[in-house]
Amino acid sequence: MVFVLSALAGFLGALTGLGGGVVVVPALTLALGVDMKYAIGASLVSVIATSSGAASAYVREGFSNIRIGMFLEIATTVGAVAGAFLAGRFSTHALAIVFGLVLLQSAYHSFKGLAVHPEIQECDKLATRLRLGGDYPVDGERRKYGVCNVPGGFATMFGAGALSGLLGIGSGAVKVIAMDSIMRIPFKVSTTTSNFMIGVTAAASAGLYLERGYIDPRVAMPVMLGVLLGALTGAKVLVHAPVKALRIVFGVVILALAVEMIVNGISGKV
Amino acid sequence: MDDRRLESIIGQLLRAGVLVAAATVLIGGALYLAGHHAEPASYHTFHAAGSNIRSLSGIAIGVAHGDSVAIMQLGLLLLVLTPIARVVTAVVGFLLERDLMYAVISAIVLAILMFSLVHAS
Repeated sequence: MVFVLSALAGFLGALTGLGGGVVVVPALTLALGVDMKYAIGASLVSVIATSSGAASAYVREGFSNIRIGMFLEIATTVGAVAGAFLAGRFSTHALAIVFGLVLLQSAYHSFKGLAVHPEIQECDKLATRLRLGGDYPVDGERRKYGVCNVPGGFATMFGAGALSGLLGIGSGAVKVIAMDSIMRIPFKVSTTTSNFMIGVTAAASAGLYLERGYIDPRVAMPVMLGVLLGALTGAKVLVHAPVKALRIVFGVVILALAVEMIVNGISGKV
Repeated sequence: MDDRRLESIIGQLLRAGVLVAAATVLIGGALYLAGHHAEPASYHTFHAAGSNIRSLSGIAIGVAHGDSVAIMQLGLLLLVLTPIARVVTAVVGFLLERDLMYAVISAIVLAILMFSLVHAS
């Protein structure tokens, strides 16, 4: 049961750039009644498994942009450390509600972003100086793209990192939105680069969670193996999947989970 | 060294890392199930994981004694190390590309990661 749900989590996580956390936390807490703290520990593990598993394919295929990833990771890792320090000071009910609100906001942005914006060239001097632009494979050839609003994206990434540290999720949703809507990076590059980054963000807070005893290998073991299998499968599917379908999957997944988490947080079931 | 080559090296490193970690977790898990299959598991309420598997030295001692839970935790630790190894590779790779700006950017990320890990233990 845990294995199957985790494989689904890895599959969806790799497709959407969200990491497995968005599925693993609710699956463990809501479906199996596992305490939120174990779920968060297992979710951190699942995020790293999705990230490293799928990124091994995305980086070689030339989807993930390692320069954008490395540059923005400065913001996410600082944010993650800050968030992890705060995490022990919140109750699990409050955490669940915060998590739900984050997801709800992400879903709204996902559906709003369905209108495909035209590919743009460099529109930010900082992006040019940092050489953030790149190219990615579309129908067998490599298409160039530019990057906008680097400061806005960088600030949002700090927030994404803080959420990750607080909630044990890779907060890939916020990362995808920062790159897709704010920096105007093509959707597939945004999701795969997010996927590439979430592992590092999660690793930044994993040390603290390990020390607090949140990571119990008996809970995390089936999660990790399931997620890994799902992520490797998801990475194969993404390469040929149409962007519109990926956006819809992204929106639907997080909308459903947002509602569940908020309801259960308020009713105190989590 | 160019970007494509660096991407290919990072991709292979990540793949090798997750496979080694998964194999370790699988071995620990098999040993655990062989020894504890009759115990009912309860994770409905939170009791922090045993103090012996919450630090590097504790995990090392457990693995040396063949403790299955410690072996699983070692595998999880190896998994956590894959993104870190990837940042180290990026620092070296960008240096070989003579791209000083990105070598420094990667080194900053590595420093923050190290801070968070050292601070934890």
